Amino acid sequence: MRRFLDRYWYAYAMVLPVVLVTGVLVLIPLAQGVFFTFTDINEGNIANPVLDRPATFSGVGLVNYLHVLSGDPAYGSFWSTLARTLVWTFGCVLAHFTIGLGLAVLLNRRVRGRAVYRALLILPWAVPSFISAFAWKYMFNAQYGVINQALRVVGLPDPVWLGQSDWALVAVMLVNVWLGVPFMMVALLGGLQAIPADLYEAAEVDGASPWQRFRDITLPGLRAVSGTVVLLGVIWTFNMFAVIYLVTGANPNTRILVTYAFERFFSGASRDYAIASTYGVLILSVLLVFVAGYRRALRGQEAA
Amino acid sequence: MAARRSRLASVGLHAALVGASVIAVFPVFWVLVTSFKPDARAVETTPRLLNESSLDNYARVLAGEKGDFLAWFGNSVLIALGTTALAVFLSATAGYAASRFRFPGRRPLLLSFLLVQMFPFAVLIVPLYNVLLALGLQGTGFGLVLVYCTTAVPFCAFMLKGYFDTIPADIDEAGRVDGLSPFGVFWRLVLPLARPGLAVTAFYAFLTAWGEVAFASAFLSAADGSKTLAVGLQVFVQQNRTEWGHLAAASVLVAVPAVAAFYPVQRYLVAGLPSGAVKG
Repeated sequence: MRRFLDRYWYAYAMVLPVVLVTGVLVLIPLAQGVFFTFTDINEGNIANPVLDRPATFSGVGLVNYLHVLSGDPAYGSFWSTLARTLVWTFGCVLAHFTIGLGLAVLLNRRVRGRAVYRALLILPWAVPSFISAFAWKYMFNAQYGVINQALRVVGLPDPVWLGQSDWALVAVMLVNVWLGVPFMMVALLGGLQAIPADLYEAAEVDGASPWQRFRDITLPGLRAVSGTVVLLGVIWTFNMFAVIYLVTGANPNTRILVTYAFERFFSGASRDYAIASTYGVLILSVLLVFVAGYRRALRGQEAA
Repeated sequence: MAARRSRLASVGLHAALVGASVIAVFPVFWVLVTSFKPDARAVETTPRLLNESSLDNYARVLAGEKGDFLAWFGNSVLIALGTTALAVFLSATAGYAASRFRFPGRRPLLLSFLLVQMFPFAVLIVPLYNVLLALGLQGTGFGLVLVYCTTAVPFCAFMLKGYFDTIPADIDEAGRVDGLSPFGVFWRLVLPLARPGLAVTAFYAFLTAWGEVAFASAFLSAADGSKTLAVGLQVFVQQNRTEWGHLAAASVLVAVPAVAAFYPVQRYLVAGLPSGAVKG
């Protein structure tokens, strides 16, 4: 034991602050949140220290899970909301990745004004996202929004973007793509710059076409970076709450799992903490399954 | 890349970059344009660049007609700087330990950085509220700083671990030979070399706190003087109509510090982001 501490004490000392903070502020709340899913807790029966009122909620077993997983519309139509969440997540991440990769490849060339282009393209990342959400909400307005104005000028149909239709989902996805491309672009640009230039030169000498060079050098060279950023992108997008909430509010056409949990939390006659927490646990479970599968797939690819 | 590009390819390249840049910049530009218009002009169905434009919106927002904008601003600055300082400290120490030392629990630690990002924080609000209450931090800026750190630190530590990995361990050994303690090596040798990575981390943490809405609205008291910008700006979004001109002016005032903090850092971004560490 003594030798163990002698050897590792400084490592643990450096890790301790993080473990302490996340332990207290993530693990304890998480444990409590999981506990809530087995109760009927809501704003009316939770302990309220301000009013000096004790807790009166009681355990209900698996009832919350049964309600939610039945897909009952009164509990957020879990399965169709999950499907929409998947459309949202994979649509956004696919667009982030392909647009980000395209721009990174362009920026990685010797092109005049590269620094200016990069500074401009990165701008959506620098602006706080709640401001961007306001800006897009304004631009998407059906009457005075500049987007419909432009569409009318060119003679295209001008849908009511943020109304009760799937256009709302398209709109929030566009906003989120706009927000997320710079991160992908910058990360992939870093990856591109780490690929040794002589690989390309050798390929060119061998007469490889640009497409072959992209497929056989660029993509494999980016595998490690892509693996990380796609995984992070999926996790972040799956739980992206602010964009949807600020642009469309509680619109059932843009409802994803995390926004529904938040709706249960903050709206309705009684804030239903139990159902919100149940959604939270289900979100975490879906992500865990995804991450496990993803890492296994990556490892399989490396072995091949 | 040695081959000279044809003229056509060159035009195409610039056209693509210009097009993308316009899309990236336009929403911000449009907010700027709107911020000079009176609320009534901002909702006209034929948008124009200038329409009775003036600095009135800015004057009114700064004068605090709709709420104490300067107090919100001050709160946001304090909370964002506090988050930045604490998050950089926490993620640098943990990232360094994970990069240099092979200690039991290292792999679970790295995995937990990834796992913590999966927690839907919106759902932790009530339990978090209870924890903060028990610690006596509920309603305080410091409580919010701690909460923001739990969001920012896992990614930052992950990122910095990757950055420390690129600094040769020989440097550490040379420092040890010269008689520095493990902390001395970290503090005096490695941290100065890691400046680009630290800059990116600092920026990321700053932005996390500067633009966060959900926790700030749930945890800060409803008193106008204790709001942050993200919460305060909601006063311009009324039930039936939004005061777009005022909102735009306030938004510009909020975005300027973030953009100003961003551009000195952005040249480090490419080097500082994680380069493939999912394997953990």
